[in-house]
Amino acid sequence: MIQIKNLHKSYKMGNSSLHVLKGIDFEVQQGELVAIMGSSGSGKSTLLNILGMLDVLDEGSYTLDDVLIKDLDETKAAKYRNKFLGFVFQSFNLINYKTAIENVSLPLYYQGIARKERQEEALKYLTMVGLAEWATHLPSELSGGQKQRVAIARAMASKPKVLLADEPTGALDTTTSYEVMDLIQKINEEGNTILVVTHEEDIAKMCKRIVKLKDGVIVEDKKVKQVIAANYV
Amino acid sequence: MFSRDRWQEIFDTIRKNKLRTFLSGFTVALGIFIFIILFGFGNGLKNQFQEFFLDDATNTITLFAGKTSMPYQGFKSNRRIEFDNSDLADIKENFPFFLEYITPRISRSASVKYKNEFDNYSTRGVGPAHQFAEKTIMMKGRYINEKDIENKTKYAVIGRLVAQDLFNQGDALGQFIEIGNSVFKVIGIFQDDGGDREERYIYIPYTTRQLLEKSNDKVDQIVLAFKPQLGHSGSLVFERKLREFLKKKKSIAPKDPNGIFFRNRADILKQNQQFANVLQLIVTFVGLGTLIAGIIGISNIMVFVVKERTKELGIRKALGATPKSVIQMILQESVFITTISGYVGLFIGIFVLKSIGVSLQDYFIKDPYIDTTTALFATIILILFGGIAGYIPAKRAARIKPIVALRDE
Repeated sequence: MIQIKNLHKSYKMGNSSLHVLKGIDFEVQQGELVAIMGSSGSGKSTLLNILGMLDVLDEGSYTLDDVLIKDLDETKAAKYRNKFLGFVFQSFNLINYKTAIENVSLPLYYQGIARKERQEEALKYLTMVGLAEWATHLPSELSGGQKQRVAIARAMASKPKVLLADEPTGALDTTTSYEVMDLIQKINEEGNTILVVTHEEDIAKMCKRIVKLKDGVIVEDKKVKQVIAANYV
Repeated sequence: MFSRDRWQEIFDTIRKNKLRTFLSGFTVALGIFIFIILFGFGNGLKNQFQEFFLDDATNTITLFAGKTSMPYQGFKSNRRIEFDNSDLADIKENFPFFLEYITPRISRSASVKYKNEFDNYSTRGVGPAHQFAEKTIMMKGRYINEKDIENKTKYAVIGRLVAQDLFNQGDALGQFIEIGNSVFKVIGIFQDDGGDREERYIYIPYTTRQLLEKSNDKVDQIVLAFKPQLGHSGSLVFERKLREFLKKKKSIAPKDPNGIFFRNRADILKQNQQFANVLQLIVTFVGLGTLIAGIIGISNIMVFVVKERTKELGIRKALGATPKSVIQMILQESVFITTISGYVGLFIGIFVLKSIGVSLQDYFIKDPYIDTTTALFATIILILFGGIAGYIPAKRAARIKPIVALRDE
């Protein structure tokens, strides 16, 4: 699903440049649930941004679903993002003046799907995350866990090849975190490929594979025995 | 542009961001409103000015007779020159190319009496063309005509205020009044935009006036109009030729500055028009200034709106919005809001102008108005600049990487 070869990325900071990713080789197969771990400054968010086409790489290659991702202009990136990727952010990033169902149907709007169909699709995904009865509520009327579930429903609504989650539990308490991870595991069980960036050990252990980054290189990449989140909810 | 889905998205956004919508709409409406009010007042000022100075016909030349100051062809200096009926006929005959109309004017003050009411008024013995020269407006009855001149009828056309003074509320038309010691029949009542003084005149046929004065044929003043298409310079040529002709006829030294005097209204017209042009310039300047202030206002609001939406736009981009769709959304929304509120401001402005217009006459503003073309043009300009002002930050926002937009939390 994802192949990354010899990935380098640096940021210019005035005169000096900060070398964040120093040659990463990394592959993810269809249906994997991968945790990317590392302390802050290890380059894990940068890696996720490049995977999410929110940022461009300096050197190396990135192939997603057999499509070589390069020379992205903004329009192309937007189309790829819409087609291939779903995003879940630490801070949810729901549009605050849109109701839950409107938020979920937004990526479908950008896919050019008709309104009625959009509504049905969106409701289906809200039902999947268990928030059907909250469909017409604004984000401000939802709890943190509910918001993240809406965000997950939104990310899944466009049927992405890969779901990218950047610290999805970072803003949630432990119980809610496990609930969210439970949902992510269930989505993964249906065959979806998911990457989770986290710095929390217990969250990482709920994935099937853990990749550890330190100072811009992968220091550890191992399969783990998955802890089932549902047992802790 | 016309996809129903996109409109729905825009209406959603507008409905759910009422304050923002109100702010940008209000700025535009206010800009247009102030523009219309100020521009309208400027036009009112111009109207008032025109009424003050441009009341009479502006293509007229008035001829006065005076005393000569040089001896010529055996005549001594200091000789009194007088016009008579033959001069009228001669001018008519010799200057058909220049002349539009000609009329004598014999002014006499007279005591006028009706029943127990009486007062002193200025009477003017005139020809029918005098009505055009003074822009006299008939309220009732008719003006003096050629037949009256021919028959030397004792008919009088009286000013509105004369009728008011003598007849109070009663109908003056057809009544008989005494002017001096003769009885005249009132055949018409007029009004004049030139003010009260002009509405206290009494017009009678000049031949009747001559008949009353021992049947002479003297005329004090000659009022004539040149064809308007001659313009100011043409009128000066006419004036020069006329002066030569009359000096020759009356045996006045060609170099004598006195004897005959001319008052060419075209000169006054020219001055007044220059003044009117300055007023127009001021009005335009005020309008332009207001419009620019409006443009700056809407630009500020648009920049603010886009700034406020940076995060939202980042989310939209992460979900697959292309830069083009982001720009389009912002533009469509801003143009929609500015158009609606622009026209609201337009109509309120025109309405207010219409309703307070009359009460401003005391402040030298008469009939303030704004022509539709100017008003629409201003509205469209504001909408256009609202669009441009929205486009620039929208374009920048569309170029921001979603990661940057989403970062600050």
